Amino acid sequence: MPAGLRPRLRNRAAETHTMNVERTFGDTLLDVKNISISFGAVKALDSISFNVLEGQILAIIGPNGAGKSSMLNCINGFYQPQEGSISYKGSPHHQMKTHEAAEQGIARTFQNIALFKGMSTLDNIMTGRNLMMKKNFLWQMLYIGPARKEELEHRAKAEEIIDFLEIEAIRKTPVGRLPYGLQKRVELVRALAAEPDLLLLDEPMAGMNHEEKEDMCRYILDVNDEFGTTIVLIEHDMSVVMDISDRVVVLDYGKKLAEGTPDEIRANQDVIDAYLGVKHD
Amino acid sequence: MSGDTPNYGTHDTFPKLLVENARTRGDKSASREKDYGIWLSWTWGQVADEIRAMACGLAVLGVKHGDKVVICGDNRPHLYWSMTAVQVLGAIPVPVYQDSVPDEMQYIYEHAEARYATVENQEQVDKLLEIKDRAPNLEHIVYKFPRGMRHYNQPFLHLLSDVQERGHAYDKENPSFYDDCVARSTGSDVAIMLYTSGTTGRPKGVILSFDNLIITGRNGAIREGLREDDDMLAYLPMAWIGDNIFSVAQAYVTGFCVCCPESSETVLDDLREIGPTYFFAPPRIYESLLTTVMIRIEDAAKFKQSMFHYYMGVARRVGMDILDGKPVAFLDRFNYWLGNLLIYAPLKNVLGLTNVRVAYTAGEAIGPDIFTFYRSLGLNLKQMYASTEASVFITIQPDGEVRPESSGTPAIDVELRVEDDGEIMFRSPGVFQSYYKNDEETEKTKTADGWVHTGDAGYLDSDGHLHIIDRSKDVGKLNDGTMFAPKFLENKLKFFPHIREAVTFGHERDYVAAFINIDPESVANWAERRNLAYTGYTDLAGQDPVYELIADCVAQVNRDLAEDEKLHGSQIKRFLILHKELDADDGELTRTRKVRREPIAEKYADLIEALYSGVDHCQVEAEVTFEDGRTDIVNADLKIQEAARTDAGRSPAQAAE
Repeated sequence: MPAGLRPRLRNRAAETHTMNVERTFGDTLLDVKNISISFGAVKALDSISFNVLEGQILAIIGPNGAGKSSMLNCINGFYQPQEGSISYKGSPHHQMKTHEAAEQGIARTFQNIALFKGMSTLDNIMTGRNLMMKKNFLWQMLYIGPARKEELEHRAKAEEIIDFLEIEAIRKTPVGRLPYGLQKRVELVRALAAEPDLLLLDEPMAGMNHEEKEDMCRYILDVNDEFGTTIVLIEHDMSVVMDISDRVVVLDYGKKLAEGTPDEIRANQDVIDAYLGVKHD
Repeated sequence: MSGDTPNYGTHDTFPKLLVENARTRGDKSASREKDYGIWLSWTWGQVADEIRAMACGLAVLGVKHGDKVVICGDNRPHLYWSMTAVQVLGAIPVPVYQDSVPDEMQYIYEHAEARYATVENQEQVDKLLEIKDRAPNLEHIVYKFPRGMRHYNQPFLHLLSDVQERGHAYDKENPSFYDDCVARSTGSDVAIMLYTSGTTGRPKGVILSFDNLIITGRNGAIREGLREDDDMLAYLPMAWIGDNIFSVAQAYVTGFCVCCPESSETVLDDLREIGPTYFFAPPRIYESLLTTVMIRIEDAAKFKQSMFHYYMGVARRVGMDILDGKPVAFLDRFNYWLGNLLIYAPLKNVLGLTNVRVAYTAGEAIGPDIFTFYRSLGLNLKQMYASTEASVFITIQPDGEVRPESSGTPAIDVELRVEDDGEIMFRSPGVFQSYYKNDEETEKTKTADGWVHTGDAGYLDSDGHLHIIDRSKDVGKLNDGTMFAPKFLENKLKFFPHIREAVTFGHERDYVAAFINIDPESVANWAERRNLAYTGYTDLAGQDPVYELIADCVAQVNRDLAEDEKLHGSQIKRFLILHKELDADDGELTRTRKVRREPIAEKYADLIEALYSGVDHCQVEAEVTFEDGRTDIVNADLKIQEAARTDAGRSPAQAAE
């Protein structure tokens, strides 16, 4: 980038959000009922229930080891809960496999970035569309006729999302050479490339500086606004959570401590105690 | 120029030239833009249709003759078209720097009494919504990209494609409206109003007519032999006069294609993909390209490094002469040809400069090393002397007579004269009409018979080449009477890759002192190689080894100055490295990155005092403005260092001992 050409000025995410008119949501997209899972003697999740409406942004918060990532792993089928049920788009799935979850429109990002470091940004994003490619490996290798047409369609879709998250400049850069904040953004783009109905974000802003966090907030809100994607995210930064989420679920030692709007959570005594500690007489 | 170029006599405005271009070269590409990773093209015919719909749509919105319409955003074909559409209606486009903060914008909206704005996206719309209460004249805002604005329901916001849609309908009902408007425009009409960033005081609105832009643009095109199959990359701000000549006037006159980059971050990639034939860049872009090349060569394998350095040596020796068509020995020619095969051509290809026939630089002095580097590669890089008040061209270096130190000979139809006090004055068809609502300044700058004061001191040499010394009002005297030319010293300092910016002081002082801004990229790379740990700019700038590095640069400048009989007394005695980069958002630089002396002197008065007292460090607290307008305080303890000075009259070799 030539010196003096500067990144665009960004909106403060929260501002955009509050400018929005009354937020309305659809039917229940995800219904989690009495989920329990334990690893040996450790009860990672203990009878957790909550639901997510279409178009909602739901945040799961809680101290380290509260069971947040386990919860996401249950939702996308990586863990099989020992008790309880999860119904997605109205139909119950007790034993959903990860690839089934992906096929049904659940995409996720990871706490530790899980990209292919040696591949370019664009190639990484194209892997996000792999499930939607109908032509088999041989066709794709030949790259003729229908396979070519299909690939071009997918590339066009990928470009749309690249434009949306403003990563044109790194389209052809190997992901391993990108700074951390950008890798996080590429991971989000790859998840979006699958055109998910439900997007699971595991600490999308961990390790970012203030400015990068603001950017990320805006992207999450934009995605939700533009594509109507329902989002479940895990986050530690309270100001972020309170700014962008519609509902918050608080976990502590595998138990659900509270659930409600950001304002309700802010005022909830149990939550305050869990986070700030409580004086024992 | 080919025979089918439009007849300028009758086509003396952009709207008329557009109609003519659509008629004579309707199927030729006029605009390109990269969108979703693909280059899209529009022919002159398509551009004419787009602009017709836009003009009619804006008329429906109520744009009338004489209205001011602000244009703001990155270089986008649609924004360029909207300028012409506005001109069709007899209204005046006022392009504004897209990175201006809301307060700067507000001044322009208020001063220009702009009723309309055509902007790129949400970012610009948000800035306007913020100042709307304070810009009472602003009635309607038209935007190109709707993203993120789904919930914006203000009735005064309009999507550009909707406006065009309405324009289409209006055009159907009133088929003669557009043609009548085009026919009404004349060369003497106001074409555009540009706010100069101004190193002093508030920006001034420079009014330019169609004649100013079109005649100057055509003269420039004739001088360089521009053709309709040329390509140019439009990536510099639309609010800057240069872009309006290169990407608008000359494109309309010769019919060449203007390509808009995908985003400001992808310019270098887009440059490589387009391979322009006509290219302009300010010195800092050439500098940063060269810095990138040198950094990457440092990382290359030993064999490649030595090959690069050997052939760059060959190029330095004979490259310039070959480009200038001077006689060169056969063996050297052969060696240069080999070098071209192995190094120069691949390098130019990587930089995207392979096809360039004419490259310009202006705005600031370019370092002789940088300048000769590009020319010796065979790139026809030329300096020119330009100003907004002249519609760009005053002097250009002529082919075959390019010398690093001169600014060239007068452009076609430009008259030059040097006043007794050394100030350069010019008269040309490009001379601006007036400053908007500022008769006092207009009278100060432009004489009754059309001569313009440039405010620059310089002289014409025996071959008629112009040499610029400095801004004449900045040239001062030390207490002992020695001449002090700050810009001259600063340029010498800035030619070192480690120095990004410099500000010198000395007028009515005992000696010369300097503020230095290090170049973060180049110094960071240097520090990395020496395993020097640092946390950020402020920390890096304050480290002793960095001070030593800069002290060497200053000492070298002093050695050069010692040879100059007029300036040997103005060697730099003390300097400090600033804790932050000078920034346009803090009012320290203009939007075109020129130093604003007075605000800097005011803001850093304590530091200047410290430079002229005996102390060796100074505590500083400075307010920093972020891009979104928030501010923060930065604290630092700055060291002040003495620089090695060289006695006058000694040769550099002696001095170096």
